[in-house]
Amino acid sequence: MSDQIRLKKGLNLPIAGEALCEVTARVAPDLVAVKPTDFRGLVPRLLVKEGDSVKAGTPLFADKKCTAMVFCSPVSGTVDAVVRGDKRKLLEVRIKADGKNEAVQFDVPKASSLDKKGMTELLLQSGLWPCLKQRPFGTIADPEAEPKAIFISGMNTKPLGAKYEFTLKDDIAAIQAGIDALGRLTKGGVHLSLCAKSFSGSVFSKLSGVVMHQFEGPHPAGNVGVQINHISPINKGEVVWTVDLPLVAVIGRFMLKGVYDTRRTIAVAGPAAVKPAYAEVTAGVSMKQLAGFFAEGNVRVVSGDVLSGEAVGREGFLSFYDDQVSVLKEGDYFEMFGWMNPLRSKKFSVSHAYPAFLCGKKKYAMDTNENGGERPFLMNDVYDKVLPMDIYPLYLFKACLTGDLDKMEQLGIYEVIEEDVALCEYVCPSKIEIQNIVRQGIELMMKEM
Amino acid sequence: MAKNFFDKIRPTFSEGGKLSWLHSSFDAFETFFFVPDRVTRRGGTHVKDCVDLKRLLIIVVMAMVPALLFGIWNLGYQHSQVFGLGWGFWQMVWYGFVKIIPLYLISYIVGLGIEFASAQMKGHEVSEGYLVSGFIIPLIVPVDVPWWMLAIAVAFAVIIGKEVFGGTGMNIWNPALLARAFLFFSYPSKMSGDSIWVGGLSKALAGGTPWKGGEVVDAVSGATPLSHASLDGLSAAGTSAWNLFLGDVPGAVGETSVIAILIGALILVCTGVASWKIMCSSVLGALFVGWLGTAGGVTDIPCWEQLLMGGFAFGTVFMATDPVTSAQTECGKWIYGFLIGALCITVRLFNPGYPEGMMLAILLMNTFAPLIDHYVVNANVKRRLKRAKTV
Repeated sequence: MSDQIRLKKGLNLPIAGEALCEVTARVAPDLVAVKPTDFRGLVPRLLVKEGDSVKAGTPLFADKKCTAMVFCSPVSGTVDAVVRGDKRKLLEVRIKADGKNEAVQFDVPKASSLDKKGMTELLLQSGLWPCLKQRPFGTIADPEAEPKAIFISGMNTKPLGAKYEFTLKDDIAAIQAGIDALGRLTKGGVHLSLCAKSFSGSVFSKLSGVVMHQFEGPHPAGNVGVQINHISPINKGEVVWTVDLPLVAVIGRFMLKGVYDTRRTIAVAGPAAVKPAYAEVTAGVSMKQLAGFFAEGNVRVVSGDVLSGEAVGREGFLSFYDDQVSVLKEGDYFEMFGWMNPLRSKKFSVSHAYPAFLCGKKKYAMDTNENGGERPFLMNDVYDKVLPMDIYPLYLFKACLTGDLDKMEQLGIYEVIEEDVALCEYVCPSKIEIQNIVRQGIELMMKEM
Repeated sequence: MAKNFFDKIRPTFSEGGKLSWLHSSFDAFETFFFVPDRVTRRGGTHVKDCVDLKRLLIIVVMAMVPALLFGIWNLGYQHSQVFGLGWGFWQMVWYGFVKIIPLYLISYIVGLGIEFASAQMKGHEVSEGYLVSGFIIPLIVPVDVPWWMLAIAVAFAVIIGKEVFGGTGMNIWNPALLARAFLFFSYPSKMSGDSIWVGGLSKALAGGTPWKGGEVVDAVSGATPLSHASLDGLSAAGTSAWNLFLGDVPGAVGETSVIAILIGALILVCTGVASWKIMCSSVLGALFVGWLGTAGGVTDIPCWEQLLMGGFAFGTVFMATDPVTSAQTECGKWIYGFLIGALCITVRLFNPGYPEGMMLAILLMNTFAPLIDHYVVNANVKRRLKRAKTV
């Protein structure tokens, strides 16, 4: 039995370049990178040096605060480079793959024989623990914490996002094993949210050991943060953990085979993608190996979705949590009389100030132009309409801006991370960097608590 | 071509250029013609909606155009009526046009001048907010207001009403209304009385000599129906509800024609630029108090006629809905709008000396809007705390 939750607020971005349900590239890893910057608040301690040979599953660096938490190489090969930024901040550990696909073999007992402590230790030493994220704040889960429950979103509503039904169709056994493993970590149960419309036909609806929820509605209905807000909102002092479904499969493969296997099928899509489709890659794959998908010219390559992904460039690497790459044209052009044009039919606006809302299912080749200058907050009802949570977004943003800890707490900072408010930033007519504001708010909270 | 021009003069205004201190102004003009080539930053949303404040605010301005056009004709019509000139359509329009243009020039030159200067001083981009305020001001002041008074009022509204709070988006009161309130309290002789709402009338009366040999046909007909009605009832004013709806009555330029304002309201609601909740609740509030007034025997005016009179419609549609100074929460908007309507009619019913309540009702509720929001938001906070306790 599962409850159905219908969300009305939100927006499915009509962006062109959706990936065809077809794997057109199987990328044998060449150069991969593990990036400590993918993990919020992580202070890494490097465990390898350049030239070391590693296997898939060899720890590369560990968390300084919790040294048992390690981050592993996804492939076998040699450490090619350790890239550091300002103040010697560790940015990337690059591995040159040797093509042998050797992996550290772990001895994995049956999940049912492990208690929370045992399972935690197993995931920590295997390097899979960072798959678990924690709310509040979206950091890596604290192994010492008692989570209220674990939440998994089984629906991907992100713009141009990978279709789980397609990318994970061969991983059902692994997902089941992953869920069983996660079930050992909490007393509150593992919650899986699926799309209400396709629920009965979904390959995931037969999974056992989970509490099923059904959601319906536009993006961000598929964001786990939004789902938690409707299933069991996070209160002060509470902790919940979340795992992305593709990473549940990774955990499951480890439980079944005892190896660190981060292979995943990612969507490579976007208006500037050539023949957008799916590609099979490992975590941290170099964008150079996906170059066949990218159009010529001044193009932005984003690891993740267009709303909250990270622009990594043609030379960059896929981030740890991402299962899609978005490709966009840079919008560095002047548009004459843009805002005066009554129709402006090539650009999309959710606002009724343009007639785009009458155009139905038309898709738009969006680019990275700001479409205006930054201004103070003026319109107050646009943010509400794309945030299906019991939160007053404008007031939360202003609390973050002023760094008022009490207000941030009262207004629900524990319940959101950047991706949940990404649409607010998209629709903002004042072009305010809302995700950045929330990020700074979260960082301030973490520092002060 | 225009692009080349801007490209050519850009170095002069960029950092290190001769006129780099005028950078904000250059930017304002350039972005007026061209949506800039700025791209989204790498840490945020990579694509953005194509709507911006310029677009939203120009829609507000467009929505006021019907009221302005009607007002221009009506200026000439009223003048022609009062002085018995028997003008034709184009003469009336021309008269109104000549009367209104200086007001717009003053409003925009003074207002935008201050906006540009203050943006320059702060090194900000020039915000478009004043486009709307500057458009409203000539529509709500008496057409014969001395130009220097208008200039001072605009300066007051922009400096004290807006810039001291940090500029567009930070102000507490609607700047356009503040300009009107400033005039009203500083120069009451020019702002109230029966003769100010028809162009040329007060001058003719003050001079004691009829204008250009023509007779002032009926000086009293210069009074707005509102001030008449507040004393004697609508029929004594010699106007019908239909006249009020159409708008061929004396009054401020933009406020007389309910039908023109309704067209504007339709534009604002359809484009979602202004809140229909505020408009609706304001009407409800006015009807409610208007009904109480007739039921309690305070007035004979049916409550629906109150909606047609004076500045109520204009205020409800264009000024109460200002997103900066109105309530910011959806629930708060209902309360805020209702109270504006209710207060406006309350002032009308109980203060015959000052029959136009809309200005003060809106300014007062602007003041209290943050308080309303505070309680609405607090309810959300309490809900969150309660949730924590019950779990």
